[in-house]
Amino acid sequence: MTKLLYFAWVREKLGIAEEDVTVPDDVATVGQLREWMVTRGPRYAAAFAEAKSVRCAVDQDFAKDGAMIAGAAEIAFFPPVTGG
Amino acid sequence: MRRVVVQAADFDTGAELAALNLAGAGGIGSFTGIVRGGEGLAALELEHYPGMTERALEKIADDAMARWDLLGCTVIHRFGRLLPAQNIVFVGAASAHRGDALAATAFLIDWLKTSAPFWKREIFEGGSARWVEARPVDDEVAAAWTK
Repeated sequence: MTKLLYFAWVREKLGIAEEDVTVPDDVATVGQLREWMVTRGPRYAAAFAEAKSVRCAVDQDFAKDGAMIAGAAEIAFFPPVTGG
Repeated sequence: MRRVVVQAADFDTGAELAALNLAGAGGIGSFTGIVRGGEGLAALELEHYPGMTERALEKIADDAMARWDLLGCTVIHRFGRLLPAQNIVFVGAASAHRGDALAATAFLIDWLKTSAPFWKREIFEGGSARWVEARPVDDEVAAAWTK
């Protein structure tokens, strides 16, 4: 199982802050994970519609689409950050 | 000295500056970010990613310590509901000479804006709200430090 976390408007669009999922075996990278997320239902399709406006972190480090997710305990999706 | 704090509570900029008055220091650079009021803004709500936030800020502080000759470095960021004029963020750097302190201070706040997992939501008088959008210029300013 992998823990998925959602923040800010990604969390609002999905209606959940986190969930535990079993990622299909053929989903190996962050980019493939995004593609799979879109197929999980209308809320997911809406939240992930603009791929470039949703960023990702794998085990609490920012991760690009090519990053591998094998063995990750925690993967987060969120909008571009606006702190400071 | 490296101090990184993520908290809901306010901080005391005077006390933070005093803590950076370290033996051998010739100067302290600092930046305090506050909630900009006006345009009907009632409050800012800052959401963050507990765990990753601390990691990201520690990395930013470590990068500054490695890049400049600093005696001390402080990064404090608040989360939760903040009102206009209240403190959001403090970064400070102490060094023997002003150049390192000032450059490190600018780096800390520029880099933090694009690499720490915080999200601001603006709450307006009347109850409407919107997520603040990231500004491309912030990415450009942060990227300049990698050149």
